[in-house]
Amino acid sequence: MIEKKIIPFSRFYKSFNIFSLVLILTSVLFLIFKGLNYGVDFKGGTLIEVRILDNTLSISDLRKSFNNLDLGDVSVKKFGKDNDYVVKFEKKQSVEENFIENIKVELVKDIGNIFEFRRVESVGPKVSSELLKSGVIAIGLSLGAMLIYIWIRFEWQFSVGAIAAVFHDVIITLGFFSFLSLEINLSIVAAVLTIVGYSMNDTVVIFDRVRENLKKLSDIKIYEITNISINETLSRTIITSVTTLLALMSIFIFGGAILKGFSFAMILGVIVGTYSSIYIANPILIRLNVSQKTILKEEKI
Amino acid sequence: MLYFSKLKILLVLIFTIIFSYFSISNFTKFDDNFFSRNINLGLDLQGGSYLLLEIDNSPVIIQKLQNKLSSLKKFFKDKNIRSTNWKIVDNKKISFEIDNTSLEEVLSLLKDKESVINPYYQRFKTHEFNVEETKVSSSNNIELQFSKYGLVQLKSSSQEQAIEIVRRRVDEIGTNEPNILKRGSDRILVELPGLDNPDRIKTLLGKTANLTFRFITQNESESFGTEKLSFQDETEEAVVSKRIILSGDNLIDAQPRMDNQSNQTVVTFNLDRVGAKKFSKATSTGVGKRLAIILDGKIISAPNIREPIIGGSGQITGDFTFQTATDLALLLRSGALPAPMKIIEERTVGPDLGQDSINAGVLSLIIGFVLVICFMIIKYRIFGFIANITLISNLLLLIGILTLFEATLTLPGIAGIILTVGMAVDANVLIFERIKEEIKSENNKIIAFDNGYLKSKSTILDANITTLIAAIILFILGSGPVKGFALTLGVGILTTLFSVYFVARLLTAIYVIKNKNKEQLI
Repeated sequence: MIEKKIIPFSRFYKSFNIFSLVLILTSVLFLIFKGLNYGVDFKGGTLIEVRILDNTLSISDLRKSFNNLDLGDVSVKKFGKDNDYVVKFEKKQSVEENFIENIKVELVKDIGNIFEFRRVESVGPKVSSELLKSGVIAIGLSLGAMLIYIWIRFEWQFSVGAIAAVFHDVIITLGFFSFLSLEINLSIVAAVLTIVGYSMNDTVVIFDRVRENLKKLSDIKIYEITNISINETLSRTIITSVTTLLALMSIFIFGGAILKGFSFAMILGVIVGTYSSIYIANPILIRLNVSQKTILKEEKI
Repeated sequence: MLYFSKLKILLVLIFTIIFSYFSISNFTKFDDNFFSRNINLGLDLQGGSYLLLEIDNSPVIIQKLQNKLSSLKKFFKDKNIRSTNWKIVDNKKISFEIDNTSLEEVLSLLKDKESVINPYYQRFKTHEFNVEETKVSSSNNIELQFSKYGLVQLKSSSQEQAIEIVRRRVDEIGTNEPNILKRGSDRILVELPGLDNPDRIKTLLGKTANLTFRFITQNESESFGTEKLSFQDETEEAVVSKRIILSGDNLIDAQPRMDNQSNQTVVTFNLDRVGAKKFSKATSTGVGKRLAIILDGKIISAPNIREPIIGGSGQITGDFTFQTATDLALLLRSGALPAPMKIIEERTVGPDLGQDSINAGVLSLIIGFVLVICFMIIKYRIFGFIANITLISNLLLLIGILTLFEATLTLPGIAGIILTVGMAVDANVLIFERIKEEIKSENNKIIAFDNGYLKSKSTILDANITTLIAAIILFILGSGPVKGFALTLGVGILTTLFSVYFVARLLTAIYVIKNKNKEQLI
């Protein structure tokens, strides 16, 4: 069998670290100054998915008639198929009884009975702030749990590396969402948590190999060991990323408009997560001076 | 790792077949007696309404404080303790004053564990009310405020009552299989599958339905013991007495009727024995007066009493359509809520959007599945085939387990299944790649395969546990459809591990032992 060529990943540690740093900084700046585009789940308000049954009605007509209803700030956007729109506004359900019914009646008066409400989501301010809180707690808790798990299974240096990689992924994914003004809703929180799990998974596979090689190859520096380990696990990394991306692409393209945001976040996360397990997690092991001693200490205990 | 006992093979086979049967039974139309469970479709897939109601307990608290105030006052009076300046402060405290001589007695009456007037909850180590005393010049000011558990007790009993009323109202409308659950201490979750338009039910749930019969007084202005209320259509106002002649509690039935004489829709009602007695007494003495029928602080109508009504039944006229009369009768039959409620979250999905979501979900599942399978065949040939069989058994197991527990499948849940398809091959890939490495240094194929399995084990466990942690946390903290995602993702990891270590390993073992002399196995 022919020996595979070893790709010198470690040679690019520095340049990619700078690249990541720039990405993270940009993301943070976006998150601070532009912020995230929260959906009704987290901001409160009402969302109505409308299907128009008459092709001649344009989006601006629809926008106009919704603006006439005195609902506050109304946004009307295309959603999936051609005549489907999502209408969002801040006014909440509980203020008025028959609130949705009234909108329907007014709309029939204005544009005629040529539409149907396919979905209505209305979230009060109390619930939305609770949902936001529990979303943040969920992400925080999962990061904490992973940190502890890696700490138990490896040495603390590995734990730091893995967590840094995951933070990197979460921040960049959210930064992208801020940059593109994509909506953050409950399913995005689910996506972020899954990204955390996936990125961790990817990092752990490489770290396992690093640990194994540290034990086996006593005369080689950590710098080279990470490079060998990345190369040894590379085909697995690629295959798993490809199959996961195939599945996600399938959701993104065929899974309907509701899952678009979720699958997009996941696709982004898988790409960034795969990159970070190579270029964030490993350089940190080097910076933290991981050596054979680090591992052998563990063996004694 | 490649050795399997006959018994183990049999067990793996039986296990896989049973769960495959469970999952396939979802798609067969015939009912069988042996296994009749199905996966439930979430509201986002079958269409329906999710409503979260919040009970506003503040009127209940005020009511309870007023009751407590009167009973405390009477209690002290009976014990010959002089108390003054009774009042309710900020709608949350009872306050009164007492002189120095009786201070100790009052405090012991309120703070003893055997206190009758301020019950002590052994379980929570606290009284119903917290008692605070402060010196005010020559006398003592005492303040009573609900303790934390006193408040919990109050909230849970009002939630208990409200959920019962909500259930009755939802049942009366006759939606299929509603799901009504407590949430926290003051919330009720109502899930109404298949309901396209929840507006009517929302209106009905939003009504407290507190019905009272009270006399309209002759005076034009408000005075002590009376209040000004407006009619339902907001056109008129009337001053009514605060004394309640009859309340909705005494109603045993209410029905919408067409009144033959006036050709109007009315609501007829029947009273229980106590109610009938009260009603006949009041209508006998009040002939000539106007009796206001008041629902939730609005006068529905105020007919003149022409003659005493003795039979214990009567009718409510008003400007009803048949629909509004039906709804009023329904509200009266199901009883009044202990406190007003508000809808604080609503999610409604139309049935055709649900069907579209199912179609899109299934389509993307099939395409994702086929893509992954093709990729694996191209990459690993015969072992790709093994990985694919593993993947199929994994899917059957996953759906089988969801069926066994009658779990709820949501759209994000389907996404979780697809994601499982993508990530499940990871474990097999890790093993195969490891075997490839082992084969380079080991001539005995069987040992190489064995080592491949052994050496990749801890990596696979670590890698899967991290994802499992994320799924568990999401399942605990997530809500609604997202919980469905966490469920399929989490169960998917477990079935992945089973199918990789039993199904795939078994197939690999059979293949490798048969072909151990082949030059290039993997």
